[in-house]
Amino acid sequence: MRRRLFATIATFGVVTVFVCLLAPLVGSTSIRLSRVLDRTIPFADNVDAQVFFVARLPRVLAAAIVGSGLALSGVIFQALLRNPLAASDTLGVSAGAALGAILAITFHVDFSFLGISVVPAASFAGSVGAMAIVYVMSMARRRGTSSTVLLLAGIAIAALLAAVGRFVQYFADFTDTARTVQWMMGALDVGSYPPIVAALVLLTIAGAGFATLPRALDLLSMGAESAQARGVDVVRAERIALVSASMSTGAAVSLGGPILFIGIIVPHIVRLLVGADHRLVLPASGLFGAAFLVGCDVVARTIFAPAELPVGIITAILGGPFFLWLLFRRT
Amino acid sequence: MAAVSKNVRLIVVALVVCLCGTAKAVRYDAHRIISLIPATTEMLFAMGAGERVVAVSSYDHFPPEVERLPRVGALIDPDVERILTLRPDLVIVYGTQQELKAKLERAQIPFYSYTHKGLADVVETMRLLGARVGVEAQANALAARIETELAAVRARVANRPRPKTLLLFGREPGSLRGLDASGGQGFLHDMLEVAGGIDVLADQQRQSVMMSTEMVLARAPDVIVELRYARRDTTETDDIRAWDALPAVPAVRNRRVVVLRGEEFVVPGPRVALATERLARALHPEAFE
Repeated sequence: MRRRLFATIATFGVVTVFVCLLAPLVGSTSIRLSRVLDRTIPFADNVDAQVFFVARLPRVLAAAIVGSGLALSGVIFQALLRNPLAASDTLGVSAGAALGAILAITFHVDFSFLGISVVPAASFAGSVGAMAIVYVMSMARRRGTSSTVLLLAGIAIAALLAAVGRFVQYFADFTDTARTVQWMMGALDVGSYPPIVAALVLLTIAGAGFATLPRALDLLSMGAESAQARGVDVVRAERIALVSASMSTGAAVSLGGPILFIGIIVPHIVRLLVGADHRLVLPASGLFGAAFLVGCDVVARTIFAPAELPVGIITAILGGPFFLWLLFRRT
Repeated sequence: MAAVSKNVRLIVVALVVCLCGTAKAVRYDAHRIISLIPATTEMLFAMGAGERVVAVSSYDHFPPEVERLPRVGALIDPDVERILTLRPDLVIVYGTQQELKAKLERAQIPFYSYTHKGLADVVETMRLLGARVGVEAQANALAARIETELAAVRARVANRPRPKTLLLFGREPGSLRGLDASGGQGFLHDMLEVAGGIDVLADQQRQSVMMSTEMVLARAPDVIVELRYARRDTTETDDIRAWDALPAVPAVRNRRVVVLRGEEFVVPGPRVALATERLARALHPEAFE
């Protein structure tokens, strides 16, 4: 097992690192790496260096974090809800994030703190808030969460939050609505590093939570009772899973907007490649999600260069057929 | 030969009479007008047909007289019931409002379909709208005045070096995300050309372009003009410091990022000449000293 784990992480890791190294070198303008790294040219005058360090590198890092965060939380939600279609939007986490962003945009809360503007902060708060409501509701029924109750509560909260969002938007100014629509399409051109650092910190904390979960998730996917019988502290495992999954979703969505497709498709692609063991699925999904979104973003910003497509369109167009191919190849 | 030319003359005369006849049959004045687009509302008021306007869109704020008029929704949410109860004899709708047009047709209410296009279309619309409403002379005078004013701006900056300009009408405050720029089509692009600038996105055959920071670096504009027009825009002017992240852009290096506030930049009506002049002053301050 240890050897398989090592081989899996090494394979996926090499692919991800390769994609992340290659991605900043590709784009609508041609830059020379020698000029990028040329210290004799002052940064203020070095267009190549600015394209690399301001336009592309933050974007690649953001794509990696967003892809990783959404893929990881997709794995957790699918295991926890024992539902292959679950993702961060199922439990209202994405709807909460969207509502936070809509409120911040519509009410013009335009200040920034430590280089992070209010919109991402509000969307993070929205995602965590939505998850808290769903969790408290599902706990109120009985001791421990029921996956069915959790799922239904999540769908109800998601619908409710989406309705509140539309209500606010209906009375918003046209320009605010346009900004909201743009945010909902997802955008990775973050242009600076503070939001990336913030998201990375949150993702790391979530990752520490994920690291405790693989065995519990394997057992939970066979049912809460049998997991309990095999010595899993179900309540505790579910609590860690929900908190860390909503945290990683919140970090991802606040950085890049809701790019939902990743959370459903990446875990399935990874399971088709490495099997169902969560010790392999979790790290592999985190890595593959990063590589996948970085790759999609390269396509999004080069295919119609110099114009760019929203990356969410590419993830769906590329991911859908690839997933179908994997599915039918096996059966 | 003479007979042929006589015949032709007869046909021509007959045609002209016919055309005048049909034109008279179709063209009747409008006295209860609803305008769902701020640009056409402004045009109607400027051509002296303001007292015929009975309702406007929820986005109309100019001229101040419109504040007293009832609001009947706008592009995506026209209030059809209120429109019908106001008994208009002409509704000015936007080209894409298919559903509203169908409903008006069923109610046998005439409408005038309008779409934002280039700067030349602004004055053309004034003339057509004036003719349709029945204030042709005033409308033609207004159109001619605006053409003269635009020509004056053009002449004023004619012999000056034209800076490569990026015209932005949207950006996420405090960052360089969500850059919405004017592309190589539409009235903003045309205004920029008249104002003596070269549109850095002239090759993009669209009215708006979603821009990345990489594209800003690649296009290297000499001037960046940010338009702020939302009523509730509270963004501070020092928000332009966000541009400091791209010091290689000539506009940033030479401190030529300009913020222009005003609704006239996004309402292609009678204030286009004023807006164009403000743009020209921003691009060529020395020409107006």
